[in-house]
Amino acid sequence: MGFPHTPHERESLVLSKHFGEQEAIGLDGWRKRGGYVALEKALRMEPAEIVQIVKDSGLRGRGGAGFPTGLKWSFMKPGDGKQHYLACNADESEPGTFKDREIMRWTPHALVEGCAIGAYAIGATVAYVYIRGEYTEAMEKMNAACKEAYAAGILGTNAMGTGKTVHVYVHKGAGAYICGEETAMMNSLEGRRGNPRIKPPFPAVSGLFGMPTTINNVETLAAVPHILNNGADWYKTFGRADNPKSTGTKLFSVCGNIAKPGNYEVALGFPFKDFLYDLCGGPLPGRQFKAIIPGGISVPIQTREEAENSPMDYEGFVANGTMLGSGGVIIIDDAQNLVKQIARAARFFAHESCAQCTQCREGTAWTTKILERIVAGDGTHEDLDTLLEIADNMTGKTICVLSDSCATPVVSGIQKFRPDFEALIKRKKVHMVPAQVA
Amino acid sequence: MTNNNEMGEMRSPGDASHDLHATYTPVFTGARKAELDELLTRYPTKMAALLPALWIVQHERGWVPAEGMAEVAAILELTPAYVKGVVSFYTMYHQHPVATHFIQVCTTSPCNVCGAEDVVNALLKQTGCEELGVTSPDGKYAVIEVECLGACGFNTPLMVNEQFIESVTVESVPALLASLG
Ligand SMILES: Cc1cc2nc3c(=O)[nH]c(=O)nc-3n(C[C@H](O)[C@H](O)[C@H](O)COP(=O)(O)O)c2cc1C
Ligand code: SF4
Ligand code: FES
Repeated sequence: MGFPHTPHERESLVLSKHFGEQEAIGLDGWRKRGGYVALEKALRMEPAEIVQIVKDSGLRGRGGAGFPTGLKWSFMKPGDGKQHYLACNADESEPGTFKDREIMRWTPHALVEGCAIGAYAIGATVAYVYIRGEYTEAMEKMNAACKEAYAAGILGTNAMGTGKTVHVYVHKGAGAYICGEETAMMNSLEGRRGNPRIKPPFPAVSGLFGMPTTINNVETLAAVPHILNNGADWYKTFGRADNPKSTGTKLFSVCGNIAKPGNYEVALGFPFKDFLYDLCGGPLPGRQFKAIIPGGISVPIQTREEAENSPMDYEGFVANGTMLGSGGVIIIDDAQNLVKQIARAARFFAHESCAQCTQCREGTAWTTKILERIVAGDGTHEDLDTLLEIADNMTGKTICVLSDSCATPVVSGIQKFRPDFEALIKRKKVHMVPAQVA
Repeated sequence: MTNNNEMGEMRSPGDASHDLHATYTPVFTGARKAELDELLTRYPTKMAALLPALWIVQHERGWVPAEGMAEVAAILELTPAYVKGVVSFYTMYHQHPVATHFIQVCTTSPCNVCGAEDVVNALLKQTGCEELGVTSPDGKYAVIEVECLGACGFNTPLMVNEQFIESVTVESVPALLASLG
């Protein structure tokens, strides 16, 4: 399955408008498409004005937590005499999510521009873009874009001739999901092991190199030039009329057992049912959707019925028992062994745990072991209670939420698909009954 | 295959060595030294250049030998033990020489439901590796499973060394292997 697809008429193309256009990748092509107009404007504004516009737009973080971006920026106090930093989170490793990659592959200058505006708005002269090591193509495109931007005087010590200093540097990760957690990412950038830090202090107080720092996702920053160009009110037109808390467009990555996987950009609040069936083509021939995870593997699993009722925004997903997360939609159909997939998800977390916290280190390992035992046909009925007990111990007790994330698919899986677990366990029981008794 | 250097220029791989006992010649001379010096201007501490410096070593040598860690440690004013601690945290740095074509296949749930395990099995069979993590008898291939590569809509994605390849199917495995040579 390839990408980009021909956009569906019900998509709202803002970030993805130029995906697939070879010419848009380079600086000239990007300028022809309105590139760097917003940065030029921004550099002549007061940082506080930019923060206000972003606040008014309602933009929320697209990395997973959905924190209001303008509010986050306002925690940075300009004129405190300290070096400030912007760190752009391009570690994208949440299973099911592959949208930031497409932004960097097709529109690298959009991200360079977003980083430059973001840095200026928070009083930083340096932005680091932390890209996961596996994204070789994205890295190549981003490096080339930075180089072009420096050569054209867009970045540097006299950015766009305004006398302001803005640097954007690409930093390559080396394979570790946990480095997407913002404090782990800061440690990694500093040349350390990627262990998350205990908060507080929060990054805005003491972040990268001990200095005030803001961390933003790729998609968040890429949206900023559009907001400056078109205004906060324009951005707010994307969304459900009755839900002012979720505004703008969002890229959803769609994968798993579905006819047309790929990245789709829709206005927040779009009906999930239409999304799945009209835009993404529905299930594969002869099959049905069974379980749907709408926001990357860390969010609760939905049943098909729950998913079909959800509007695709922060509040809509919460009301239907899950979260928007990173917008990585994973579809598992009725031809799959769901328990096996939950076990595979647990193994992911066990592999990626940084092992600082006992609950996470032990919990992810035991959860995986028990689930794999059930899948192998050696499970017992007590196993489900044990899994829930371990999950309880893993939730809300650790330095970062990776531990909670491992518990989430297990708990929601058992809650919503208990018969699937029980069938695997029963199968074994029958097998063990001596022939004469059966 | 080509790699990006840390400043984003394309370059062909250095004399990547697969011999565990080859004598070590320093990496950071000439152009590589200049590359590192430029990188150091980007950060307020020398330590921050550690990951990029290790990448340079791996590009040049094919893996990160203990001598490479010691060289990086000396330049960045760290201890070799500290550097080793960092290297061991990240899965992409090789602490041993690897096969000529080091194949990493994503089998995390989203790829798993689309048949990633079948692709792994086809690769194991057709490379002669037979087992995960075992180098093929001709020393050419090794296949491992990795966690999400961030390309879940392009089943099945894999990496061969630093080259990203999407949409690999059981049917396309022979052509893929042929293209690697
Ligand atoms: C285990 C873990 C992994 C994460 N991975 C990512 C990631 O790959 N990309 C990302 O943008 N945010 C990731 N986050 C969220 C970041 O910590 C952070 O909230 C986000 O980058 C902030 O940017 P935003 O406000 O623009 O969303 C992760 C969080 C956790 C706990
Ligand atoms: S919860 Fe897990 S990943 Fe997070 S800091 Fe603790 S051990 Fe590390
Ligand atoms: S799960 Fe395989 S690339 Fe994401």
